[in-house]
Amino acid sequence: MSDLVYILQQMINAVSLGSLYALVAVGLSIVFGVLKLTNFAHGDVMMVGAFTTVLLIGVGMPFIPALFCGILGAALAGLLIERIAYRPVRNAPDVTRLLTSLAVTYILENFGILVFSSSPRNFPLPDALNESWQFMGGAITFTNINLLTLALTFASLIGLGWFITKTTLGLGMRAASEDMSAAQLVGLDVNRLIVVAFIVASGFAGLAGILWAAQAGVIQPQMGFTPLLKAFVAAIIGGFGSIAGALLGGFVLGALEIFIVAFLPDAITPYRDAIVFSLLIAFLLFRPGGILKPNREIKL
Amino acid sequence: MMARAVTLALALVLMAAIAFGAPYVVSDYMVRIILLIALNSIFVLSLSLSNGFTGVFSLGHVGFIGAGAYLSGILTLTVEQKHSLLPHLPAFLNWFSLPFLPATLVAGVLMTLLAVIVGYPLMRLSGYFVSVATMGFLIIVNVVLINASDFTRGARTFTGVPLDTSLPWVFGWLAVTLLVLWRLVYSPFGRRMKAVRDDTIAASAVGIDVLKTRLLAFAIGAFFAGVGGSLYAHYLGSFSPVTFYFAMTMNLIAMLVLGGMGSLSGAIIGVISVSILSELLRSVERGFTIGDVTIPALYGASQIVLGFIFILIMIFRPKGIMGERELSLGFLNSSAKIQFKQGEVK
Repeated sequence: MSDLVYILQQMINAVSLGSLYALVAVGLSIVFGVLKLTNFAHGDVMMVGAFTTVLLIGVGMPFIPALFCGILGAALAGLLIERIAYRPVRNAPDVTRLLTSLAVTYILENFGILVFSSSPRNFPLPDALNESWQFMGGAITFTNINLLTLALTFASLIGLGWFITKTTLGLGMRAASEDMSAAQLVGLDVNRLIVVAFIVASGFAGLAGILWAAQAGVIQPQMGFTPLLKAFVAAIIGGFGSIAGALLGGFVLGALEIFIVAFLPDAITPYRDAIVFSLLIAFLLFRPGGILKPNREIKL
Repeated sequence: MMARAVTLALALVLMAAIAFGAPYVVSDYMVRIILLIALNSIFVLSLSLSNGFTGVFSLGHVGFIGAGAYLSGILTLTVEQKHSLLPHLPAFLNWFSLPFLPATLVAGVLMTLLAVIVGYPLMRLSGYFVSVATMGFLIIVNVVLINASDFTRGARTFTGVPLDTSLPWVFGWLAVTLLVLWRLVYSPFGRRMKAVRDDTIAASAVGIDVLKTRLLAFAIGAFFAGVGGSLYAHYLGSFSPVTFYFAMTMNLIAMLVLGGMGSLSGAIIGVISVSILSELLRSVERGFTIGDVTIPALYGASQIVLGFIFILIMIFRPKGIMGERELSLGFLNSSAKIQFKQGEVK
C-alpha cells in the first residue's frame, strides 16, 4: 500500500515537472518548425517573463494580472529579438543563425545581470498559492501552484491546439513549417507567419518561466538556462519541430527524471543529467525524427 | 606557398621573441594578457579544425579542455597533496606524480582517444544536430566532473596544481599547434576537410570518407584542447567544473567567428581582437570620470557590447575578419602573389 502511495506521489511529481518541460519545449518547437532555428534565446525569454511578473507584483499588482503581463512582456521580447537579430540572418546558413541565437542569449543574460545582479531573489508568490493539499497522512502532497501550473499548461495547450488547427494564421504557420517556399508560393505572408510564431512561442516561454520561477520560489538572470537545455532534449525526443511531439517529449522527460531520482540507487541519482543528455545523443543518432517518426533518414 | 611559409617562419620568430623577451619589457599585467592570448590561440586554433575547416560546428570543445585540465591536474599533484586533497583517489593514481610535460602529453593523448570514442557516433551528424549533440557531450562532462568527487573534489575548487605554465611553455605549444595545423590544413587532407565542409554529398561522391575526415579533424582538435587544458590548469592553479562550461565555450566561439572560421591566422587575429576589446571594455566597465561627469561601474556591460558586435558580424560579415584568407606577406616576391591568388580561387 505505502509503495503504491509513493508511486502515486512520484507520478504527480512527474506530471508537474513534465508539464513545465512541455511548455518550454512547445515554444522551441514552434520556432524550429517555422524557421529551422535552434533558438537558444528561448530560455532568456522565460527570464524576461518571470522578471516582468515579479517586478509588477513588487509594485502591487495581484498575481494573476501580473502573470498575464509577464506573458505579454515575453511575447514582446520575442518580437524584438526576431526583428533585430534573427530577421537579418534568416537566409544565412544553420550555423550562422545558431550563433546569432547564442549571442542573443549572451546579451540578455548579461543585461539581466547588469540590471538585477546575478544573486537570486525571492518570487513573491501569494500565500493562497503556497497552500498544500495533503492526503493519506501527508504521504501525498501537492500545492496550489502545482494545480495552477497544470491548469494553465492544459488551458494554454488546448488554446494552441485550437489556434493551429482552426484559425487561418495557425494553419498558415503549420504550412510554413512543412514547407516554407511552398507556403510562399501559394501566397501566404511568410514574414507575418514568422512574427506570429515568435509571439506565440515567446508567450509560451514567458508562461513557462513564470511558473518555473513560482515553483522554484526564486528568480535570477540565468534561470532560463537549465529549463532550456532540458526542453531541447524534450523537443528532440518528441521530434524537433512537431508541437505534439514536444508535448509528448516534455512529459516523457519529466517522467524519466522523476523515475531516475525516485527509483534508482542513490549512487546513480546525481548523474541524472548525464543520463538525460546521453538519451538526447542517442535520439539524434538513432531516431532523429523523434519517438513519433521512426523512419527519417540520418542526415550526413 | 612560399610567402605563407615565410609568414609562418616570421610568426614563429616573433613568438619566440615575445616568449622570452616580454617579461623584461612589459608589466606583469601585460605578460598575463599575452599569456592568455597565446593560450586562447591554442584553444581557438584547435577548435577551428572541426568547426571552421571541416564544417562540424561542435559546442563540446570545452569538454575536452576541462577534462584535459583535470586529468593533468590530478597527474601533477604531489603524492602528499593527493593524500590530503583527494583521499579517495584509486590506488593506481595516488602513488606517483608526473612532471608538467608528460602530464600535458598524457592529457592530449587521452583526449584524442575520448574524441575518437565520442566522435565515432557523433561525427555522423550534421548542421544543428551535431551542435546540439556535442553540447550534450559538454553537459555530460560537466556532470561527471561535478559528481566524480573522488577524482575532482566535485563542485568544490580543485586546488594545489603547480603553477608551471610560463610564457615559453605556452608559446612553445602554440608553435607546435600552429605548425601541425598549418601542415594539415594546407595538405591534401586539408582539401578533403574543406570539401566535406563545402559539399558533403559531392565529397562523398568523389570518394572522400566523410566520417573518417571529420573524425580525424575532431580528434586532432581534441589533442590540442587537452594540451591547452593542461596548460590552463597549470596557469590557474585552482579551478572548478564551472570554469569549463558555457561561458568559456561562448568566448572561444566569439573569437573563432570574429577572426574567420576558415583561416589559421584569422583564428589568432580573432583571439587578439576579442582579448584586447574585452580588456578595454572591462576598464570602461569599472566606471570612470570625465570632467564633472562620473560614469558608474556597469558590470556585465562589456559582455553586452561584445554580444552586439558578434551579432553585427553575423549580419554584415559572417565570414569574420579574415574569412578564408591567411595573413601573408605577398609583397615578398611576385610569384608568391600569384600563388596566393590561386589559393584564393581554389
